[in-house]
Amino acid sequence: MVAPTTEALQTRSVRFRIKRQDRPGLPWRWESFDVPVEPGANVISCLQWIAANPRTIDGRDSNPVAYDAGCLEEVCGACTMLINGQVRQSCSCLIDQYAPKDGDVMRLEPMSKFPVVRDLMVDRQRLFHALTRTKAWVPIDGTYHLGPGPQDTPQSQQVRYKLSECMSCGCCLEACPQYKLEEHESRWDKAFIGAHAISQARLFNEHGTGNVLASDRLETMIGPGGISDCGNAQNCVKVCPKDIPLTESIAAIGRAVTIHSIRKFFTGK
Amino acid sequence: MNTQKRVIMVGGGLAGLAGTIRIAEAGLPVDLFSMVPVKRSHSVCAQGGINAANDIARQQGYSEYEHFDETIYGGDFLQHQPPVYEMVHWAPKIIDLLDRMGVPFNRTTESQRDLRLFGGSLYKRTHFAGATTGQQLLYALDEQVRRWEAQGKVNKYEYWEFLWPVLETDDSGRRCVGIIAQDVRTMQIRAFRAEAVVIATGGCGMIFGKSTNSVMCTGAAASRCYQAGAWYANGEFIQVHPTAIPGADKLRLMSESARGEGGRVWVPRTKADRRDPRDIPENQRFYFLEEKYPKYGNIVPRDIATREIFDICVNQGLGVGGGNMVYLDLTHLGREYLELKLGGIIEIYRKFVGEDPALVPMKIFPGVHYSMGGLWTQYTAKDDLRGMAMGSANSMMTNIPGLYAFGEVNYQYHGANRLGANALLSCIFDGLFCGAGVANYVLEVVTTTSARLDQSVYDAAVRQQQEIVDRLINGRGMESPYQIGRELGEEMTAASTVVKSEQRLLQAIEALQQLQGRYQSIGLSDTGMWTNQNLCYARALGDMLKLAEVILQGGIDRKESRGAHYRTDFPDRDDANFLKTTVAKYDPDTGRPEIFLEPVETGLVPPRARTYGKVAASTETSRPTETVSV
Repeated sequence: MVAPTTEALQTRSVRFRIKRQDRPGLPWRWESFDVPVEPGANVISCLQWIAANPRTIDGRDSNPVAYDAGCLEEVCGACTMLINGQVRQSCSCLIDQYAPKDGDVMRLEPMSKFPVVRDLMVDRQRLFHALTRTKAWVPIDGTYHLGPGPQDTPQSQQVRYKLSECMSCGCCLEACPQYKLEEHESRWDKAFIGAHAISQARLFNEHGTGNVLASDRLETMIGPGGISDCGNAQNCVKVCPKDIPLTESIAAIGRAVTIHSIRKFFTGK
Repeated sequence: MNTQKRVIMVGGGLAGLAGTIRIAEAGLPVDLFSMVPVKRSHSVCAQGGINAANDIARQQGYSEYEHFDETIYGGDFLQHQPPVYEMVHWAPKIIDLLDRMGVPFNRTTESQRDLRLFGGSLYKRTHFAGATTGQQLLYALDEQVRRWEAQGKVNKYEYWEFLWPVLETDDSGRRCVGIIAQDVRTMQIRAFRAEAVVIATGGCGMIFGKSTNSVMCTGAAASRCYQAGAWYANGEFIQVHPTAIPGADKLRLMSESARGEGGRVWVPRTKADRRDPRDIPENQRFYFLEEKYPKYGNIVPRDIATREIFDICVNQGLGVGGGNMVYLDLTHLGREYLELKLGGIIEIYRKFVGEDPALVPMKIFPGVHYSMGGLWTQYTAKDDLRGMAMGSANSMMTNIPGLYAFGEVNYQYHGANRLGANALLSCIFDGLFCGAGVANYVLEVVTTTSARLDQSVYDAAVRQQQEIVDRLINGRGMESPYQIGRELGEEMTAASTVVKSEQRLLQAIEALQQLQGRYQSIGLSDTGMWTNQNLCYARALGDMLKLAEVILQGGIDRKESRGAHYRTDFPDRDDANFLKTTVAKYDPDTGRPEIFLEPVETGLVPPRARTYGKVAASTETSRPTETVSV
């Protein structure tokens, strides 16, 4: 087989300034690498180049930069980091758009709201824990055949599909002024749950079977670290790579929480 | 120590998660291992949909039987038929289950699940959720597993890499009793006990360098099982997807659903026509798939579409601008329709290429996509061959008792070529149907629990893995693993993808042996013991080199052309000699595969010629004749 044709290759050089930390508890430092880039290069292909040629601009031998990566198609959420201060996936970050000129600088940093494991790799376990807190699932009876699920209109499907595209990347949390770094797991149930989880609560409350757990989810949203911690900065929706209407979800859950609280006040359940 | 019987699942994609759910449901605790958080598994990349017979298609004469026949015909008759028969009959039930889990399948105006056309079928039988169906299915299963996890029935070991199966031999023979795994953050290596181990680690696209696969799809886990004694089958059958977007770091998939929804593949009729595609009038466009295959047109199966595109570009020089590229045109379908049906993939093209497929034809080229081959597994057929015996303990068990293979890493179901939208089905089917078999094996067949086994078996296995790590860390050689990996990918892509020949494959074996030699003197730039990705890659590379040899040797021994395996020196299918499974056994003395052939169960549909209604070939449209190197 032959390789697909690429346009005439013009190589230029881009300087990568990378915030590095060998392991938790150790101090961090900046390291810079000059990387030859071809048209179509993205941050991942540059990190791959650095892994194979780990020599800094001062000519010092270094080692490959640790980072998370998976699909490289912006659908798994793994390779999220700060690029020139903006949180986004690094696979879909094309160098030509960010650093169009020879010698331009790209600054890579790990997300700041999660503990650093090493270099650009962070531990986002808290984000998944928030999905457990939210009971973000449909409580099916089991896997035996019981016929189809509840019918769904195309309109409702379109709403749910959009919400269900959340890839748990954490961009909305990085951008949120209310979401703070929590090193210790013991704090996770009290700290702000985040826009992504509020949106998942909406997703499952809108499902015909998923809504049997609606009150449980609303109770979580009323509790500590719930929706009242949202400061309405609206940064989340601006950085979501999948354009999920996070602020609409927050508003919808906000309304549902109010109704739920009033009902509880009068009926006691 | 916990004395309860338990199961280890290695891999958290569709197959691993479906199996986890089924086994947990049977009352057994599951330890789920994954190199990545399971929600980020490669299954997220599947786009087009999942096949199943449905009410509308039934009224047009379609049924599970036609789905079965299409799958066998699409696979060029190489798969065992009873497992496929069972799978297609489960398909409608699997769709219902996913629907109940909340998968947002696209809907019609009457709120029914919408359907689309897909390769290898003339009926609409593909269910979909936008163009990110794999993602939506994976999330639904991930949510169910999280529910089991919250109840304490499933323990996740994310960021743990499977290193080796632990085997124990007693009077009744050899069996798998656990695994050795490494935490890729802390680098701790330890043993885990279990009564059964399921490998659900997906494909091996990274062996080919750039592919549509995710970065963790190295095939290393399968290779380690193979080196530990599990057989590997049909390795030479690698699917090259006809439509991928070339990129600097990978080839991004452009779903078959683009063609299923009406996308048309074409090139300018004149060589090296440099006009803007939009300025080229209809009569000067060569819709070569539609002309050659009037019945199926753009939705011929993948191996055929890929060879035709290859032929147009490489042999006829008709590729866009004279290069290796053809147009995949969606511009006639309208933006609203595209956003609704294909939103996700349109978005990928826009983001990575910077052009809008609603306005400009996409430029695409084939890319390595899927492995039909995988670990060899067994099954128990029903007496009349119509399906598999429910709950049988050997369902998709490898030749090592207690070691199973589910999903892409299992060689069953797809034969010599997989049909689009059958992969998600086979993964979930393996998990649900064969998960029950695993539970039965553990509950009914295993008599001595792993907790009662001597610790020395596990300690020895840990030591062995520690030695491999020490050797890599202490190696002071000058070879770079990344350089060897790149050369491996280039050689495998050049020698063993769309077009193969004995001479070229032998050349590749020689190149591979040189790479294996150089691998012995690699040096790592990172010798630390914390989140050392350099080490993990280098270790996987050694296993990729072993598996690459299986793929090449299988290709050499199979002196015929069938499905995705096309040999210029043996251009025809040869049922008399090769309607057989290639089985590779690792020889620890030579480090090389020993290959034998095994008959295929074809008792339900007799093999017939596979033409897809191709019109008589003129000289201009002959099959590819040359092997071309990169």
